[in-house]
This record gives sequence, C-alpha cells and structure tokens, in this order.
Amino acid sequence: MRRKSRRTGSKTLVNAILAFICLIWLVPTVGLLISSFRPASDILKTGWWTVIPHREDVTQDRIQLPKDTDLRQPIEVNGNTYTDEQLRSGVKAPDGSTLIWENRRGRLIDVQKPGWTMSKNFTLDNYAGVLTGKTYVLKQPDGSERTEKGSNMSRAFLNTIVVSIPATVIPILIATFAAYAFAWLKFPLRKTLFIVVIMLLVVPLQVALIPVSNDFAALHLNGTFLGIWIVHAGFGLPLATYFMYSYISQLPKDLFESAFMDGASNFTIFTRLILPLAVPSIASICIFQFLWVWNDYLVSLIFLGGQEDVQVLSMRIANLAGSRGDAWHLMTAAAFVSMLMPLAVFFGMQRYFVRGLMGGAVKG
Amino acid sequence: MTTSAAAATKRSVPGIVFWSILVPLLNAALHAGIFIVLRDAQLQPILHAILAILWGVGGVYTIYWSLNLVIELYPEKWKRRIQPFLFIGPAIGLLGWLLLVPTVRTLIMSFQDAGSSKFVGFANYAAVFTNRLLLTALRNNLLWVVFGATACIVLGLLIAVLADRSSFERLAKAIVFMPMAISFVAAGVIWKFIYYYQPGDEQIGLLNAIVVAFGGEPQAWTSMTQPWNNLFLIVILIWMQTGFAMVILSAALKTVPEDILEAARMDGAGEIRIFFRIIIPFISGTLLSVTTTIIVFTLKIFDVVMVMTGGQYDTEVVATQFYRQFFMYQNFGYGSTLAIVLLIAVIPVIVFNLRQIRKQGEI
Repeated sequence: MRRKSRRTGSKTLVNAILAFICLIWLVPTVGLLISSFRPASDILKTGWWTVIPHREDVTQDRIQLPKDTDLRQPIEVNGNTYTDEQLRSGVKAPDGSTLIWENRRGRLIDVQKPGWTMSKNFTLDNYAGVLTGKTYVLKQPDGSERTEKGSNMSRAFLNTIVVSIPATVIPILIATFAAYAFAWLKFPLRKTLFIVVIMLLVVPLQVALIPVSNDFAALHLNGTFLGIWIVHAGFGLPLATYFMYSYISQLPKDLFESAFMDGASNFTIFTRLILPLAVPSIASICIFQFLWVWNDYLVSLIFLGGQEDVQVLSMRIANLAGSRGDAWHLMTAAAFVSMLMPLAVFFGMQRYFVRGLMGGAVKG
Repeated sequence: MTTSAAAATKRSVPGIVFWSILVPLLNAALHAGIFIVLRDAQLQPILHAILAILWGVGGVYTIYWSLNLVIELYPEKWKRRIQPFLFIGPAIGLLGWLLLVPTVRTLIMSFQDAGSSKFVGFANYAAVFTNRLLLTALRNNLLWVVFGATACIVLGLLIAVLADRSSFERLAKAIVFMPMAISFVAAGVIWKFIYYYQPGDEQIGLLNAIVVAFGGEPQAWTSMTQPWNNLFLIVILIWMQTGFAMVILSAALKTVPEDILEAARMDGAGEIRIFFRIIIPFISGTLLSVTTTIIVFTLKIFDVVMVMTGGQYDTEVVATQFYRQFFMYQNFGYGSTLAIVLLIAVIPVIVFNLRQIRKQGEI
C-alpha cells in the first residue's frame, strides 16, 4: 500500500516536470502562430502574450486640459499639481489611479486604473499580404499612416512545390533501381561501389558546392529547376540508396527465383514485384527527402540564386528576416505558411516520418 | 517471355547497334528539347509548374524504360552483363559527378589560391588556423558541437525516460518532436520573437519581457552578449534536435527487458542506479549512433546563424564562413579549405559507419 502511494506520488512529479518541458517546447511556436494573426502595428508595440487576459493599467477616463496650459509650470489636474516630467512617466493620483499624458501637445491626460485586459485585435491581413501581395495601409505607432506592399509569396510557394516533388521522386527512383542491383544482381566492383555509397552518406555537402556550382555555371543550369533537381537528387542519393538497400536485400530469395523461373526479366521483376513490395519503405524515405528539400535553404541559395521567379519559400523568408527588420507581420505569416506542409506531413504521417528519420540517422 | 528472348537472340547485329545508338540519342534530344521549351516558354505559372513536375517525375522513368527496351534486344549473355549497369549507372553517375569528383576537386582547390590558378601549398590551411575570423568560426563550431550536441542527447534521454513513465507519453513526444519537421529558417523567425530586444520597459521579445518583469535590464541576446550570444543560438538547435534524439532513444528504452529491471529492483537497486548501471549500457549502441548523427549535423550548422545574425557579432561558424568566402569574396581557396576542414571532422564518423555496416554483414 505504501509502495503504491509512493509510486503515484512520483508519477505526479514526472507528469508535472514533463508538462513543464512540453510547455517550454510549445511556447515559441504558439507565439509565432498568435503573432501572425495580429495587426502589424500591434506586433511591434506589445508582446503576443498580451492576448492572454492580464492585469494592467487600463484607461478609464480622459481629462482635457486647456490648450494654453504652460508645461513649464506646475500643472493642475483635479485640484492637485504635477510637473510635466511626472506626467510623462505616469504619476499616482490620491485616489489610486495613474495619470499619464495621452497626447502631450493636445494637453490630453489618461486616467488609468489597474484592471483586467487583453489585446483583442486579430486580422488576416498578414496572410493576405503574404499570399496575394495585396497592398494595405499600415498604422504607424506615432499615428501616421503608410502604405505597404505585401510580398507575394504564392509564387514562391508554387516554386517550392515544383522543386520539392521531382527532387523527391527522382533520387528515390534512381536509388531504388541501384539498391535492387546492389542487393540482387552480380556485376564487377559491386562491393567497392557500395562502400563508396556508404562513405558518401555523411560527406558534408559543402565539399561539393564550389565545383558543382562551377560546372552548372558552364552548363547554364544555375537558376533552373532542372539544376536544383539534379543537385538535390545527387545529395539525397547516398541515404536513399542505403535505406532502400537495407529493405530490398532482406526480401526472401525464393521470390526472385520463382519469378526468374517464369522467365521474367529484371526490369519486370523490379517494376512488378519490388516496387509494390517496397511501398512502405519508399513512403518513409520519400517523406524524409521531401521535408529535407522543402526545408532546405543552403542548396537553394547557391543553385537558384537571386532570381525572383524561381526563389523558394525559405529564401524569401530569410530575405525578409535579414533585410527588412520591420516586416515582422509578413515574416510571421510567411514562416507559418512555409510550416504548413511539414506540419501536415508530420501530423498526418507521423509513423512513416519517424521511420524515415531513423533510417536517416546516418545521414549528415 | 521465352518467345521474346528467342526473338532477341535472332535479331541481327546491325539492328542492335542501330537501336543502341538511336535510343540514347532520342532520349537526349527529347529531354534537352523539353528543358529548353519549358525554360523559354512564357506559360501561366501554375501550368508551367504542372508541366515541369510531370516531366521531372516521368522523365527519369522513361529513360530507364526505353534504355531497358534496347538491352532486352541483346543476346542473353550480354544482357545479363549490361543490365546491372543500367540499374546502377544513373546513381553512380550522379554520385560521381555531384559528390565524389567534387570532393577531390575541392581538395585540390584547397591547395590553390583564391582564383584556383596556382598552387600555394598549405597557405590556405595556415590562414584558416591563424586568421581571426576563421578562428572564431572554428571556436564557435566547437561550442556548437560541445554544448549543442550534449544538451540534445541529455535532454532527449531525460524526456524519453520521463515520457516512458508519464500518463501522456504520445502527446509529450509529439510536442517535443514537432520542431523537427519545420525548417531552420522558420525556426529562426520563431526565435526572433523570443530574443527580440528594444530599450525600455515595453518588450515584445519574450525573454526580455521576463527579464524586465523580474526587474532586470533588457539585453540584446543575440548580438551584444558575446561570446554568450552563441549559446542563445545553440538553444534554437537544442529546441529543434532534442526531439530527434528523444524519439530514437525512446524506442531503444522500450527494448530493455522488463525482467532485468524487476530483478534489479528485487535486489534493492535504486532507480538512479538502475538507470546508470543497466539502462545506459543496454542502449549504448543507439546512444552512440544518435550522438554521431547529431554531431555531424551540428558541424554543418548554417541556416540558424544565417537567419539570426548573418554571422555578425562573432557568431560565424565554419559553414557560414565558407559561404562568405565562396560567394562574397569569391575566394575559392579559403572556401575549399573550410569545406575540407568539415570533411576531416566527419572522417571518424565515416569510419564508424563503415565498421558498423561491416559488423552487420551487409557488405
């Protein structure tokens, strides 16, 4: 009995610690999600957590002083006198409220009292700005207005899809062909070539970037979709080959022998037998490669370069984050748009995703 | 099938030669044509995208399929010799062109000057290990590996153990694992909201808001707190990669047999003692491979630094410095040398992988 109660006590502790860790892990993403729905001026003025109800000084009333009030003299408000300095930083009145300038030049004073409040302004403008490039009016913190052109990311979204789908299918098809040959066909240098594939698994792709980029410049492949498919295919091949090999080599031998007896050629065996059998493995490695390409920044940066019409999402977001420090509203929505696909894959196909990732454990 | 094989043996030698030349040529012409048409045509973007995807996905398969048709014409003996090379050829070709040969070329370039025109011996290597900027990059990479990788493993193991004993294992694992799916660029944006700094009491960055709430002074976390700003960037890596370590270690933990644990408990061993004396040795293999993976990954860290600071304020790492030397200064000598330094750093992992695979008897 005593033992059991101690167990439940420790379980509560475990749950509490884990819940705390999970909270820390969630907060950054939640912050982004909430911010992406807040108006641009609010994002820059108050933290996203102000959407949660909290206690703060809330303006209850306003006092209009005569326009000709001299700010250098003590200022009389409701029978008490304050200096301009005090009113600028806020001063406590005898009844417990706080007095602070709302508009110093207009001689308008806010009377604030502590109370519960929350920021309730939400908007879809950020997403509209990111997805359609629509122009909209931005209210500056100082009250002036400024028109701002949203940056059209729908093209970048489309480009990311055009890059990602073939850059996933091509290497995995090539890798599966190769894996079949490595596992079941006899040819000279088989072992040596396979060792090379294993060695290339963790070679940092930086060692390839300069020569390949020079080759591509000579072939006019820089800035084309074909070029980026080829590089992604090359960099993804070692892992995909190894991953598919470990599955295909474990298929029972009888399977092939009986197919051979029936006179099937290697190509028929491959397309009619291996591909259908390997679907779960192919799904796993596809998800891994797809997310890898979708989330990639370095390879796109080098091989797609600065041309707007081929740029992918990650490049556009990095540009926003780097060059326009004040475009927070666009950045939040853009980042979330770019996360939609990976998160959908993650929540929809978690099982395959984890398996691909564990296979990818050897990739660098 | 036997009939087609018989038909193949009957086919004349000139016929085979004719098809062996024509089909590759046709393939080359067809795909070069499609490439040029798609590149130059002013199509509606969505239509263009659909055509490009169809070509990219279907093109590779039709190349295999058409070349295989030719090979099927050959006599049985030759067919058996040539076919494996059709299967591995494209893979080996791409790997050779895009990874293997470039590695050698980069190695050669690392001994040449900035424009790759004359040999300079070890001058680039001497520069990498004396130039202040490059040394900072090396130091920071070491910080990333030591703190980042260690924290990922320790936290991952801790969360895996906690999740195993908690009442919401699946949910907790999904939450911690989720950052794994998003890009470093998006993560950079997310963390800008944590680290954002502005003077005064009203803060929109969470960390500074907390500091101010406790009466502290707001800090410019990613720029002014050198060299600690590196650690704040490393936290982002930890946030993203811990889930990976956690998922794999959690799977390994489940393989520890319950009866061994029960026996140890019967003998009066405490939970902590069991953890270090039984569980850790049992999962040491997995622990090692997760560690190497995360170390390799951390060595090449690029996106986080690029998005958060652009490498300013002494946060440069080898990969960002590589990018800078390569693209901004066009110094292929330094760039190549930095890439080779990264390669040397992962050689132990390559050896380890080869040994592992040889042990499993896969080659």
